Amino acid sequence: MNLTEKILAKASNLKDVHSGEIVNAKIDYAMVHDLTAPLTIDAFNEIGIKKVWDPNKIIVIFDHCVPASFIEAAELHKKVRSFVKTQGIKNFFDVGQGGICHQVMVEKGFVKPGEVIVGADSHTCTYGALGAFATGIGSTDMAYVFATGELWFKVPKTIKVQASGKLQKFVTPKDLILHVIGKLGAGGANYMSLEFTGSTIKNISIDGRLTLCNMVVEAGAKSGIVPADEKTINYIKLRSKGKIDIQESDEDAVYDKILEVNCENLQPMIACPNSVDNVKPVSEVSGIEVNQVFIGSCTNGRIEDLRIAAQLLKNKKVNDKVRLIVIPASQEVYLQSLKEGLIEILVKAGAVIGNPNCGPCLGGHMGLLASEEVCVSTSNRNFIGRMGSTSAKIYLASPATAAASAIRGEIVDPRILEEE
Amino acid sequence: MKISGKVLKFGNNIDTDVILPGKYLVLTNPKELAKHAMEGLDKDFSKKAEKGVVIVAGENFGCGSSREHAPIALKNAGVKAIIAKSFARIFYRNAINIGLPVLECEDAFEKIEENDEVSIDLSVGEIIDKTKNLTFKFIPLPPFLLDILTRGGLIKKLKN
Repeated sequence: MNLTEKILAKASNLKDVHSGEIVNAKIDYAMVHDLTAPLTIDAFNEIGIKKVWDPNKIIVIFDHCVPASFIEAAELHKKVRSFVKTQGIKNFFDVGQGGICHQVMVEKGFVKPGEVIVGADSHTCTYGALGAFATGIGSTDMAYVFATGELWFKVPKTIKVQASGKLQKFVTPKDLILHVIGKLGAGGANYMSLEFTGSTIKNISIDGRLTLCNMVVEAGAKSGIVPADEKTINYIKLRSKGKIDIQESDEDAVYDKILEVNCENLQPMIACPNSVDNVKPVSEVSGIEVNQVFIGSCTNGRIEDLRIAAQLLKNKKVNDKVRLIVIPASQEVYLQSLKEGLIEILVKAGAVIGNPNCGPCLGGHMGLLASEEVCVSTSNRNFIGRMGSTSAKIYLASPATAAASAIRGEIVDPRILEEE
Repeated sequence: MKISGKVLKFGNNIDTDVILPGKYLVLTNPKELAKHAMEGLDKDFSKKAEKGVVIVAGENFGCGSSREHAPIALKNAGVKAIIAKSFARIFYRNAINIGLPVLECEDAFEKIEENDEVSIDLSVGEIIDKTKNLTFKFIPLPPFLLDILTRGGLIKKLKN
């Protein structure tokens, strides 16, 4: 069995499972946020059960409209707070207590190798970076989990992404995952899992692995996974107690496909409007004028992302034509970037710093785009209307490319900027 | 379970942000959500769908977010079923869970055109294009998913 099959077999109390089988798995943790919790609560109440299956296994995090951006959002928050109180849910991260749900889930030690985690958000697949099986579900499925602690899954086929070679300076895990999505296509991994292996992956930090697994859903994948190693253990030890169960794929594990990537030659990549698989080297689109740059989101709002942005923006100014919005992914990331002086560098350069939340990534608030405007964003989706006007153009890139483009006022390969 | 309606046709990779833009996620009332269905692509969609329509689309329908608001908006706007070459997995589960039939049929996408009248038999696995007098076969859903659909969704099934 491969790693994903092993995790699902254990959670379903089966000896052996293979892709295509339908299993009923026990859920270790279930996460909802401020925009998916309300429909989950409505569906749960409609079932007619009074108490959730286990209040200690449910995590509620406010991050999409934080602080409340409209009266409607404030009302949703109020409704969710009331449910949390009634159900005795202790793992609740209100405004100012956590940040973006996927970052909070890993920082607070909820994610461990071998676990099965579901979240009412498509980017729940992020947690595979720590060797867990994690996937996004809708609110009705989540209500079912709240009631029973279980959910059915079709065991996915797995694509192995074998990455070798050292990433060059200013070429980041974001560039690698954009390259992979470009190769697979927007639906190329539909219903499947992506397993990341090879020497490049071993050398990528946990922050970088989170970026990789975060975006597998943009190729349609159900989950992404990086087998746990020393880096994973060291990260988790700081954040949670208990035994860490490490597993690997068997030598004779079956994969649907193997995608080999030579990272030595990988360039900074960019996903052009209006599809995440419309991926090109940054150099091919350099020179396009930019109105806004957003550095943040569950994809690239972590400390290493802010470090690379600050490295490029130190003693530089954001171009007059550009608005630079930087949003640390969590309170922890925010505090760490303050301690390291990154926030000061960014503010001096002319960036506006937002409180930890999803921000403009999904077009809710904090930096929406006007008609025809161009944005370089480190987030994960460039669909029509995603960040505001339906005629705005969104380019998805790494924090290095985003920071360099903010300085230049046009899309630019960060390696060129450094040479100047 | 039988369904019929006039076809509205869409292309590949129709994402949840065009089906129901993010700014409406603060809404939870299905009727309010219905007003904004497909607003990212067609502002008149909810008027066109009012009398009951069947969407025919290409690959990867419903890709992107896990927002259940998207299938809820479509269903309440008047969409009776969605035929696509393929679906994004979260949308697919969400649609079945709220009682909105979804089925995969490549051939149907190639031949059925906008405004054709179609009828679908979900249990048998058959689509009839009444305008063109064509019949298409598809693999019916597994019995446990068909059961969720015929009962009107997962919650209604659980309540029983």
